[in-house]
Amino acid sequence: MEEIFAKFVSQKISKTRWRPVPPGSLQPAETFVTGSWDNEENSVSLWCIGDFGNLSSDGGFEGDHQLLCDIKHHGDVMDLQTLSVSQEWVGAHYHIGPGSPSYRSAPCTGIVCNSPEIVTVGEDGRINLFRVDYKEAVRTIDNADSSTLHAVTFLRTPEILTVNSIGQLKIWDFRQQGNEPSQILSLTGDRVPLHCVDRHPNQQHVVATGGQDGMLSIWDVRQGSMPVSLLKAHEAEMWEVHFHPSNPDHLFTCSEDGSLWHWDASTEVPEKSSLFHQGGRNSTLLAHPSSNQLNVNQSLISSWLSTDPAKDRIEITSLLPNRTLSVNSLDVLGSCLLCGTDAEAIYVTRQLFS
Amino acid sequence: MIPGVNSKKRQMCFDWGPGEMLVCETLFKKKEKEEKMLGCPFIYIVRKDIDVYSRILRKLFNESHGIFVGLQRIEEESTGKSRKAQLVRVSKNYRSVIRACMEEMHQVAIAAQDPVSGRQYSSQVSILSAMELIWNLCEILFIEVAPAGPLLLHLLDWVRLHVCEMDALSADVLGSENPNKHENFWNLPGNTQTLTELELKWQHWHEECERHLQDGTFASNPHLESLCKIMLGDDSALLEQKELLSNWYHFLVTRLLYSHPTVKPIELHFYAQSSLDLFLGGDSSPEPLDNILMAAFEFDIHQVIKECSIALSNWWFVAHLTDLLDHCKLLHSHNLYFGSNMREFLLLEYASGLFAHHSLWQLGVDYFDHCPELGRVYLELHIERIPLNTEQKALKILRICERRQMTEQVRSICKILAMKAVCNNRLGSALSWSIRAKDAAFATLVSDRFLKDYCERGSFSDLDLIDNLGAAMMLSDRLTFLGKYREFHRLYGEKRFADAASLLLSLMTSQIAPRSFWMTLLTDALPLLEQKQVIFSAEQTYELMQCLEDLTIGRTESRDLEGQRLQDDDIETTKVEMLRLALARNLARAIVKEGTLEGS
Repeated sequence: MEEIFAKFVSQKISKTRWRPVPPGSLQPAETFVTGSWDNEENSVSLWCIGDFGNLSSDGGFEGDHQLLCDIKHHGDVMDLQTLSVSQEWVGAHYHIGPGSPSYRSAPCTGIVCNSPEIVTVGEDGRINLFRVDYKEAVRTIDNADSSTLHAVTFLRTPEILTVNSIGQLKIWDFRQQGNEPSQILSLTGDRVPLHCVDRHPNQQHVVATGGQDGMLSIWDVRQGSMPVSLLKAHEAEMWEVHFHPSNPDHLFTCSEDGSLWHWDASTEVPEKSSLFHQGGRNSTLLAHPSSNQLNVNQSLISSWLSTDPAKDRIEITSLLPNRTLSVNSLDVLGSCLLCGTDAEAIYVTRQLFS
Repeated sequence: MIPGVNSKKRQMCFDWGPGEMLVCETLFKKKEKEEKMLGCPFIYIVRKDIDVYSRILRKLFNESHGIFVGLQRIEEESTGKSRKAQLVRVSKNYRSVIRACMEEMHQVAIAAQDPVSGRQYSSQVSILSAMELIWNLCEILFIEVAPAGPLLLHLLDWVRLHVCEMDALSADVLGSENPNKHENFWNLPGNTQTLTELELKWQHWHEECERHLQDGTFASNPHLESLCKIMLGDDSALLEQKELLSNWYHFLVTRLLYSHPTVKPIELHFYAQSSLDLFLGGDSSPEPLDNILMAAFEFDIHQVIKECSIALSNWWFVAHLTDLLDHCKLLHSHNLYFGSNMREFLLLEYASGLFAHHSLWQLGVDYFDHCPELGRVYLELHIERIPLNTEQKALKILRICERRQMTEQVRSICKILAMKAVCNNRLGSALSWSIRAKDAAFATLVSDRFLKDYCERGSFSDLDLIDNLGAAMMLSDRLTFLGKYREFHRLYGEKRFADAASLLLSLMTSQIAPRSFWMTLLTDALPLLEQKQVIFSAEQTYELMQCLEDLTIGRTESRDLEGQRLQDDDIETTKVEMLRLALARNLARAIVKEGTLEGS
């Protein structure tokens, strides 16, 4: 079992992100950023994991994160990305524009960077494209969505994918001039809001989303408008889903119900009879992990999309020791995992795959 | 003292809030003219409980919340030793959290640059230290329930922990003679000796010491002689070393160590009272901390809690301690006059204080959950008053309410959010909020907005939403109509005229369409009537005519009553005439067509 260290930081954490290490570096990630919310004055803080001066007897590190610096942030921190930038775009999202006397700003809910471009989405249903050296937005799609856009990710470079609060995924192509999405995918049935999205690092057509009912869905954007698989995961909203950037057979989700799960689809075990045996591609399965690992018979190809229902299975592990308040954010880099909770604690582990 | 306000010159008014007081300047009417002075335009919020805003104490609240929730989940079935061990562990957890806070605050106090804040932090450290002292004693006496023998050991540890700097000095003086005898004597391996064996051994040792004293073995050295007297538990000898004993409970434990090491719990308060009196010696009166400790020695739990509530500014300490003692089944459930028991009262007060904080309200929810009588009501009232700044915060609050089946609160919160969305012209968001609350009335309102927009602009906004309503369409009739109407447009666009036609007709005949919209629907039917091929059957045409007649009769009546302008009349009559003509022509063609088909 990995060692996971907790530190209470006197602010509710809304987002945490590792600072990216230079490619090819062998050192594990050391610095991370957190953003707070629900304070009268929020802040974005930079933390550094303690030096090797604090080694415990068996050579593990004593996880005490030190605060390097923090800056004030107006409003809740909704999303974080690390990028080298020296600009501030005020008023990017609004309900009634800045020219009008009844100016009302809207929360910006999601941001994604692919240097030098930055894409933001907000509660006003607007999509903005910024470049680091330009003062104004390079491109704005007004009223891209009639409901709130919750998250955004890049598919291929000129294409982005957004999820909204009526359960739709929309693909936008910036090469096209119009204000219409090039593709819309959605679940049938209940319009369950989708809160987070992440793209497979290698296979750009595979996308995972998390919904308000805690359901994890895997989509193949090339085929059809339905998800490939639906997994009933958490008991409450899933706030973030992340593929591991270098080991994409591993997926991590965190949720309002206070748990953080590690989904491991890399094992290939000879078929065992299982209570949850399901055939067919589009199947909904129940997944209940305990602190021990649980095998679930799952139909996925190349670990996430599969034609052979009996072959691959997913192991699900719950990573946090006790149930806590909502885990709002997580990030994973190499063998280091980081998450922040509403109980004002940050959890770090550097031995994810021990 | 509130800066910027001169309370002598200006009048103040105030109003009470849940955890705070609003104060502002005012001017009551006076008979004489008063000089117009520039007043202070601000409203001040005066808060009593400043601890909640301390950065370091926030860690205390969060960590103890985790311990509290874990404690509530301890199984009821475990009894006896395992349960006691669990409760002691919980108590130690609480104490370690207090100590961690204390140490951090101590670091900050040392590093503080300005002396005022340094003093504030130091006083906070001493308050925390007192809290830990009291808690520790309660743990020994009430939770651990140490019997005679181990009791003194625990008390020794207790004093040692809190008077460590004094102890370092006294160890030098006291420890020089007979250290071995001390250690061997107190080395009790796993309580294998019974109390009587212990007493016997101690008696032997005590007598030996007395013999030494009387024989004058130490007569040459006055220090050693006083040392011997101390070891015999001579009160006056001990009092001579008063500077080394920092307080009366240190004195008490030292006395007991040397005169009554096998003291029983029920005998404690005699010695405590006499120790307090001897130590203070009539110079000063007992402080609140002394009274609390004395009440603990007397095993009067209620008195301890009452004194702590008065002395401390925040409910944290008494709420958590009382809850823990309640789990040890130590509190008699005598009801306070306002209906709930003491544990519940304290938890409710503490949690209400949390709700007054902009961020810590989330912790308060779990505390209310574990107050069986009034917790739910308190939660319902408090949770509606949390400001909804962003959607994410609203979602968290909704999740809290839905988990507890608080449907009224869900509905009211969703309504607030839906109204906000409508004001911001975010109709899709408004609709998704009303779907979540299953609020049919609001869904109708949103649908009306959509339809109004359509009439004004001639096209639908937010097609992505209307096209994909799915099962939510059934929530309200108006919403169903909206979805079906959009479907009609789609069918028309796909040139599936027959289907479009029957859908259009069914919208009117099934009474789903609002009357006000019928004219639009009939106008939509015009292009279908004008097509080369016959789309509406004779039967359908009759029904359409019926609808038109129903509509125009209603119109005529209302027009007479309201007296509209001539222009509108013209447009209306033209439309109606055109429709009548088209319908008639269609009817003719339909009858012919149907007659012909049947023939062939």
